[in-house]
Amino acid sequence: MSPHQPEVTPDLVAEHGLKPDEYGRIVKLIGRTPTFTELGIFSAMWNEHCSYKSSKVHLRGLPTTGRCVIQGPGENAGVIDIGGGLACVFKMESHNHPSYIEPYQGAATGVGGILRDVFTMGARPIACLNALSFGDPGHPMTRHLLSGVVAGIGGYGNSFGVPTVGGSVRFHARYSGNILVNAMAVGIAEADKIFYAAASGVGMPIVYLGSKTGRDGIHGATMASAEFGENSEEKRPTVQVGDPFAEKLLLEACLEIMAKGCVIAIQDMGAAGLTCSAVEMGAKGDLGVTLDLDKVPCREAGMTAYEMMLSESQERMLMVLRPEKEAEAEAVFRKWGLDFAIVGETTPTKRFIVRHRGAVMADLPIKELGDEAPVYRRPFLEPAKLPVIGAATVVSQLSVADALEKLIGSPDLCSKRWVWEQYDHIILGNTVQRPGGDAAVVRVNEGPTALALTTDVTPRYCEADPFEGGKQAVAEAWRNLTAVGAMPLAITDNLNFGNPERPEIMGQFVGCVRGISEACRALDFPVVSGNVSLYNETNGSAILPTPTIGGVGVLADFTRSATLAFKAAGEAILLVGSTEGWLGQSLYLRDICGREEGAPPPVDLAAERRNGDFVRTLIEDNVATAVHDISDGGLAVALAEMAMAAGIGADLQAAIDVRTGVEASTSLQGPDPVRHAAFWFGEDQARYVVTVRNTDLAAVIELAEANRIPVRRLGTTGGNALTLPGQRPILVTGLSERFESWLPGYMSGGPRRSGADFESP
Amino acid sequence: MRAAVVVFPGINRERDMSRTLRLVSGREPSMVWHADTALPVGTDIVVLPGGFSYGDYLRCGAIAARAPIMDAVREFAEKGGLVLGVCNGFQILCEAGLLPGVLMRNTRLKFICRDVYLRVERSDTPFTRGYNAGQVICVPTAHGEGNYVADADTIARLEGEGRVVFRYAAPDGTRAPEWNFNGATNAIAGIVNQRGNVLGMMPHPENHVETVIGRTDGRGLFQGLAEHLSSAA
Repeated sequence: MSPHQPEVTPDLVAEHGLKPDEYGRIVKLIGRTPTFTELGIFSAMWNEHCSYKSSKVHLRGLPTTGRCVIQGPGENAGVIDIGGGLACVFKMESHNHPSYIEPYQGAATGVGGILRDVFTMGARPIACLNALSFGDPGHPMTRHLLSGVVAGIGGYGNSFGVPTVGGSVRFHARYSGNILVNAMAVGIAEADKIFYAAASGVGMPIVYLGSKTGRDGIHGATMASAEFGENSEEKRPTVQVGDPFAEKLLLEACLEIMAKGCVIAIQDMGAAGLTCSAVEMGAKGDLGVTLDLDKVPCREAGMTAYEMMLSESQERMLMVLRPEKEAEAEAVFRKWGLDFAIVGETTPTKRFIVRHRGAVMADLPIKELGDEAPVYRRPFLEPAKLPVIGAATVVSQLSVADALEKLIGSPDLCSKRWVWEQYDHIILGNTVQRPGGDAAVVRVNEGPTALALTTDVTPRYCEADPFEGGKQAVAEAWRNLTAVGAMPLAITDNLNFGNPERPEIMGQFVGCVRGISEACRALDFPVVSGNVSLYNETNGSAILPTPTIGGVGVLADFTRSATLAFKAAGEAILLVGSTEGWLGQSLYLRDICGREEGAPPPVDLAAERRNGDFVRTLIEDNVATAVHDISDGGLAVALAEMAMAAGIGADLQAAIDVRTGVEASTSLQGPDPVRHAAFWFGEDQARYVVTVRNTDLAAVIELAEANRIPVRRLGTTGGNALTLPGQRPILVTGLSERFESWLPGYMSGGPRRSGADFESP
Repeated sequence: MRAAVVVFPGINRERDMSRTLRLVSGREPSMVWHADTALPVGTDIVVLPGGFSYGDYLRCGAIAARAPIMDAVREFAEKGGLVLGVCNGFQILCEAGLLPGVLMRNTRLKFICRDVYLRVERSDTPFTRGYNAGQVICVPTAHGEGNYVADADTIARLEGEGRVVFRYAAPDGTRAPEWNFNGATNAIAGIVNQRGNVLGMMPHPENHVETVIGRTDGRGLFQGLAEHLSSAA
């Protein structure tokens, strides 16, 4: 083999993130010492990011099939049937480590990578979403990271030309050393024209398309599979640089040659670049692959085989083309000004052979590269159950009205307008519901079908009880889709955790995955794609467990979708679902009382389904005039959001229990302000606020009773204030001002305040 | 209305624009490739849509302004043909010398996607005949470089000749700095050339034309154009 490669030593093996026993496995597998290039290839294929070695055994428990599923996990993205001969292709993926090191490019290439996953399958992207977690607002890095990440997401998506229609932004000290950037892309294709990675046919040309290969991103996936230490900034060269312009051209060119029938198989070059894409195409097709690196378009001269195989330069694709259509495909790529080169061929040998400058730089068994990657059953420790916090033990000096005003202007609950205004959320002209609602609604082609899209997770619940937290993340996604009137179809999961070699972290992972599985089964909401991001730790301190759920639902007629804004004065406000007043792990307990404690609210999946189906029926029947799910901050925050969206207040003084006829307000007044807080700020699950016209009220209550759905009348819309029993009226304009002012104020560089120390202005 | 929509590499609102032209005029526009050298026979309006031609590299619109098709567009405009440039299209028209001035970074240095209010300054152009002078319309913007700047003489001439067609304003039509969100000189959102047949504007009227999606304030621009062209034919 090539004489110019460094000798493989134990130190070099360790630098590649491979453990001694893993290296032993390599030597045994190939029967000799690997070359330097081969070592690089193994490190790329066997790192946590690409091999799922710690998570695989647990992911097998997730439900991945269902009526709508066309393609589950294992391809570039999941595919579901949305009716009318159309398929929705979607996936969410993390770009956490690179975004911390270089926020703009890290986030930008996260968006670029997930878009490529979607259009590689033949779908035109129609929407992007994201879920972002940042550290304490008082941490010196937070503002810089938030600013860079948002600019990077916008910079890529806006230029590429896809609307970024939804997402979430949270702050917590546990993300101060490891932020999370989870990006989701959604596309539409004809259901019978989906493209896959598996190569077929021997002697078929393998074509390299897109941008040139440079020295950026080398070992990006390996970097993403390790903890950060003191000198994580030194890892900046492992972050890729994005070029959305090239990606837009690549999209148009790929879709054009797919429509012309030129493509047999296609795989984007994402993590571990040329290595991963070539191996996957061959292995999935039971074929060998020979690559001739002298043909690879390079950005700079003198690149070695090792560098080319590990480069994570962006906006590149690998394809197997129909030989008779090769000239036609090349003409399309030339038209778009993109590189096009035949860099190899398929072989019958099931060997992965890499040639460069006349020498064989790697000769490896192609199936075993993926299949024989180590699989770990890591020990895990399930956390002890935390006590239930009794409402009577929760004490605050603040009145309900004061607490509501403070919460609505807090970092986690305040308006994220400053963020989503930097994303083009209307391009393509199909955005029916813009950011700020329960779920985004995007029309499909000319309608009337539309997709509802959301990203959700409540990390503090997952930390307190991974199983219930995992359930809750799925249930909340399902609920948010339901709240706009959609039928929830399927999810993508983006599982962000700390170091899996620590049993307590592995326990979080196992618990969350079990919870997700249980909820997905109960709600007929299968997982069709996903991504695992481990080692989100710095100096031994891990992030909160954050299994982000990206949910997709379908609306038969988008003009019937529900929004959260009150629609008119004088309408009845109803609370759907039971209220125990669960304050454990609530934002009220954390941000008002300064306690991050207790068991999180349990999730009754049967109640979720029953209550959600009821609400969806009200929307379909045009009875519900406004709908909002109740989540962070509880009932009072949900009502405030509905009021602010409309500029219409509500009189909630006569909260009447329609079943018993007893005025709820009587039990809420008097000397016991504790119960007040639990009622207004408790985070009990499976609940919605719904408004209906007074003329429909009796029929709605009758329907609820017939279906054993707990419904309680809270009050009536109208006026310019929220009036809660026993509280001063809270002006809606005042709430809006607090809601809108925190984030712009923070980002414009006012005094640094931590979430806990934050005082309303 | 026989519209020709020019497609430069990196343009991304060409679909929004062609859908709107089709919805309003009932006729599918021709999509014209940047490397072509001639417009389709019978073209009566050329549209340069929004996006990021050439990735906004070098300077927004600078590379597209030198594309082969632009000679044909220039010739078409010189003969009095109607040319509409929206967002990146406006930037391209300025770079191509078809309109004066330049679009600089927004004053707050951020890309902003937001519905804004525009006061229609004139209703006697082919582009604005669907509105009344002084009418306030709400249309979306989505750009990072929309801050219109020109030298004082040019601004004075634009104002003196009544060539400022759209201006950022409050919902009641009054001018106030907080509504001029990108910091444009004199809150200029759209201008025409001296002859009045070339319009450049930053906001996206093509995204506000369908009741089922939201507002329809952008429709007047396209309806007015369609009426103008059918009456001229």
